[in-house]
Amino acid sequence: MIRLGVLATTALVLAASPALAEQKTIKIGFISTFSGPTAAIGNDMRNAFELGLDHLGRKLGGLPVEVIYEDDTQKPDVGVQKTQKLIESDHVDFIAGYIWSNVLLASLKPLVDSKTITVVTNAGASAFAGERCSPYVFSTSWQNDQTPEAMGMYMNQKGVKSVFLIGPNYAAGRDMLAGLKITYKGQVLGEEYTRWPDQLDFSTELSKARASGAESIFVFYPGGAGVQFITQYVQSGLKGQIPLYQGFTIDELSIPRLKDMALGIPGTQEWVNDLPNEANKKFVADYIAKYKLRPSYYGAQTYDAVSLLNSAVLAVNGDLSNKEGMRKAMEKADFKSVRGNFKFGNNHIPIQNFYLQDVVKQGDDYVLKTVATIVENDQDRFHDRCPMKLGE
Amino acid sequence: MTASLDPTLVARPSLAFTPRTAFTAALLVILALFPLYSLVTGNTFVLTLFTRVLILAIGAVSLNLIMGYGGMVSFGHAAYLGIGGYAVGILAKEGIGSGFVQWPVAVAASALYALVVGALSLRTRGVYFIMITLAFAQMIYYVAIGLDRYGGDDGLTIYKRSDFAGLIDLNNKTLFYYLCFAILLASIYLISRLVNSRFGLAIRGTRSNERRMRAIGFPTVRYKLAAFVIAGALCGLAGALLANHTNFISPALMHWTRSGDLIVMVVLGGLGSLFGPVIGAVTFLLLQEGLSRFTEYPDLILGPILLLVAIYVHGGIGGLLEGRRGG
Amino acid sequence: MLYFIEQCLNGVQLGMLLFLLAAGLTLVFGIMDLVNLAHGSLYMLGAYFAATFAVLTGSFVIALIGALLASLIAGMVLEVIAIRPLYRRDHLDHVLGTFGLILFFNELVRLVWGPEGRTLSLPPEMLTAVQILPGVYYPIYRLVIILATLAVAAGLYVVVMRTRLGMLIRAGASNREMVGALGINIKLLYTLVFGLGAALAAFAGVMQAPILTVQIGMGENILILAFVVIIIGGIGSIRGAFVAALIVGLIDTVGRAFLPDLLRHVLSTNAAQTLGPSLSSMSIYMLMAAILVFRPEGLFPAASR
Repeated sequence: MIRLGVLATTALVLAASPALAEQKTIKIGFISTFSGPTAAIGNDMRNAFELGLDHLGRKLGGLPVEVIYEDDTQKPDVGVQKTQKLIESDHVDFIAGYIWSNVLLASLKPLVDSKTITVVTNAGASAFAGERCSPYVFSTSWQNDQTPEAMGMYMNQKGVKSVFLIGPNYAAGRDMLAGLKITYKGQVLGEEYTRWPDQLDFSTELSKARASGAESIFVFYPGGAGVQFITQYVQSGLKGQIPLYQGFTIDELSIPRLKDMALGIPGTQEWVNDLPNEANKKFVADYIAKYKLRPSYYGAQTYDAVSLLNSAVLAVNGDLSNKEGMRKAMEKADFKSVRGNFKFGNNHIPIQNFYLQDVVKQGDDYVLKTVATIVENDQDRFHDRCPMKLGE
Repeated sequence: MTASLDPTLVARPSLAFTPRTAFTAALLVILALFPLYSLVTGNTFVLTLFTRVLILAIGAVSLNLIMGYGGMVSFGHAAYLGIGGYAVGILAKEGIGSGFVQWPVAVAASALYALVVGALSLRTRGVYFIMITLAFAQMIYYVAIGLDRYGGDDGLTIYKRSDFAGLIDLNNKTLFYYLCFAILLASIYLISRLVNSRFGLAIRGTRSNERRMRAIGFPTVRYKLAAFVIAGALCGLAGALLANHTNFISPALMHWTRSGDLIVMVVLGGLGSLFGPVIGAVTFLLLQEGLSRFTEYPDLILGPILLLVAIYVHGGIGGLLEGRRGG
Repeated sequence: MLYFIEQCLNGVQLGMLLFLLAAGLTLVFGIMDLVNLAHGSLYMLGAYFAATFAVLTGSFVIALIGALLASLIAGMVLEVIAIRPLYRRDHLDHVLGTFGLILFFNELVRLVWGPEGRTLSLPPEMLTAVQILPGVYYPIYRLVIILATLAVAAGLYVVVMRTRLGMLIRAGASNREMVGALGINIKLLYTLVFGLGAALAAFAGVMQAPILTVQIGMGENILILAFVVIIIGGIGSIRGAFVAALIVGLIDTVGRAFLPDLLRHVLSTNAAQTLGPSLSSMSIYMLMAAILVFRPEGLFPAASR
């Protein structure tokens, strides 16, 4: 009898929860990682999203906003479940987030099938920039290849003759290493993929790099794995013997933990803290004031997502059922991005500049500084595999 | 054979009006009427949730055959969910979308793997049997991770559900729910026929005392193996349903903790009872879902519940309803 | 060749960590006949304790000692409250109950320490590699792990073979009922053994933390490997656990390192890289299955059951 009661109560609780959405509040679902070693990324994104909403008075296009944050725990199967829950149970109007390319790819079908307008604030899988592009999915980050392509260009400029590649074995890892090989003209003496996300011991790969005799190492390890890699790179004595070039491995989140170990390891990125435009100055200053931390590019990309969504709601005067109107407005990218120039390609991936960044010590602080602009108005190389055209 | 039959061994659903049968009947009625509730309130999410409950209940029913009736504790049963699911996924990716091909392949592949695993594992018993079934499940788990072409660890999106050439449209959530419900009922019927047949009596006799059964002349290993294969095949069908349900399949489905979930469902519902697995599946999944809405830390409650059931309750929740305690 | 040596050392290092886990597990299984899935949770708790103590005291060594003590106490408390009632139940109930404990501890850790995980930093002297052989560089810290674990193994050997407690443990592993009949306080013995197992698991958790991870659920993957080790080695046998741990550690590491290269001759780089680690993981389970089929007592059976 007790069990029957429990069953009935649970059923009632479940039934009562998904309340009918009031027309006047915008519901946004935000999927990111809030647990495990990469939780710092999710927190950075959430902080930036909240800050962006604060700057708009907690309103998009004049309408109040409710955000539901969900944790994908870095797993594709959990990500797709949470995506489905946001769409089917919470009936969200927009979805934003997605750090990981594999989580995004797994979740793409329910997003596209339900025609939910989605802003991807980090994942840059080549598939959704190409054949799987959708009119309803936008990116405020980049396509995975772009950042390492810029690094390849830089390494050519510097005359680096050979490189050993190391990265994680999932969609983004493969894209990153492939991207470097597109532009880099020197010799690739080795390519190693590690089990993701649970392999955090890189001694094997570092040994192989040493044994290969390569002049340099290029690496991609986002989040906590990046901290582990750099730590082990230094521990193994390789720093000072073989220079390291990185993409997404050293960022504002990991620098406080790496400190001196991060000095002298350059990387490329589409946004750095010190970009001189007005929107960025305000973003960085207010972020530091509110959270006592420095934002990373994850946060910058997420902040832009708020502005992008705002432009959409404004364009349709708050009529959220006018999805066509909103997405056409979004294609115009009519907002002030923290990275300066911002426009979309036909596949809804940004066309933007890439900068060389390096870590410098300022007193007791370690910060990332822009050293040079490597390429301007770079467009990803998958856009012609996407059949969409802007404005249609 | 004149072995006396212990009355509790007779696994016919009793028609007597006990709390247990009343509960089971009520549960079945609720499950049958769920889609109407969903239609009325426009809440499709609960329909999705309960479809998943039904599918996992089928998996639990299959596990109950060997664990509850046969006494074989398999810690690798989630492997068959995965094999069935990947059969559908791989065929779909290679362009074979017909359910008439996918589902038989799912069942056959699972049966085949169960045959191999069973043939090797049934030479052991007790905790060694548990470990070796776990080992085989881990092996297939790593095979799935190693399948680069089918997504590996990232999983595989299944764009189109199994096509039954107009017979039934699986994209219709209500129809799909009733299909799963029908398959669940059919499975329970199949199990009830099996365990009450000579075959079933042999299996259950083997569970109590294998040496005696063999002394009487039963080739016990062959019977156990047959039960093992049937259980695997049925679970493979559940896997095919699951792949259709989520439109996605990944190795995570075969992780050993998923096998643990299935064991929990069977034990929670009451080992060796016909409808126990359904009760267990419903309870476990609803507890998970319900608790996570009440508190930010649901497992702080769920974990100890499982521990208490393990320590005190004989016969799972079914046993609770029947008033059996201790052991 | 030098690279091979380095990989073998890595394999030994992994094997040592596995041994720490397996030793506790095999003792509990052998003496109390208990399948303890929550052993991985004790490993996790040890790491988290150490991370907190390290922040409080700034010293890795003090953190290690603190974590060991805390885990010993936690293990003994757990045994009295949650494990003791399970002894009279069958293995299936052990599986169910300790599975529940895994869920509970993961959630508890999330409540107390938050979801992000922790780091455990090393003292700066550990941050370099030494040249142990011409051309072979090996990080000091990993050497420390190997040596420390060997020391623990030696200590365990001394305790088990040369002390009264150890004699009781060996007797309990061979014949539980007799030990009880001889009037030994079985309950206390069990609590101590469980606590010892918890401390060993915690030691492993703390040692791997600086190079691997401190996060929720970290015990689950390595727990499975620990079970494989004790099956291969023989339930109840510490010597078996040692040998089997080394074997498993070497297969996993060397397999991961060399299989992808071998496969690359026949497959694409991606596929080889995906399949390689898979195959080496599978081979460990195949070994366990083979042992179970042909020599189920394990390599060094302890009990005359």
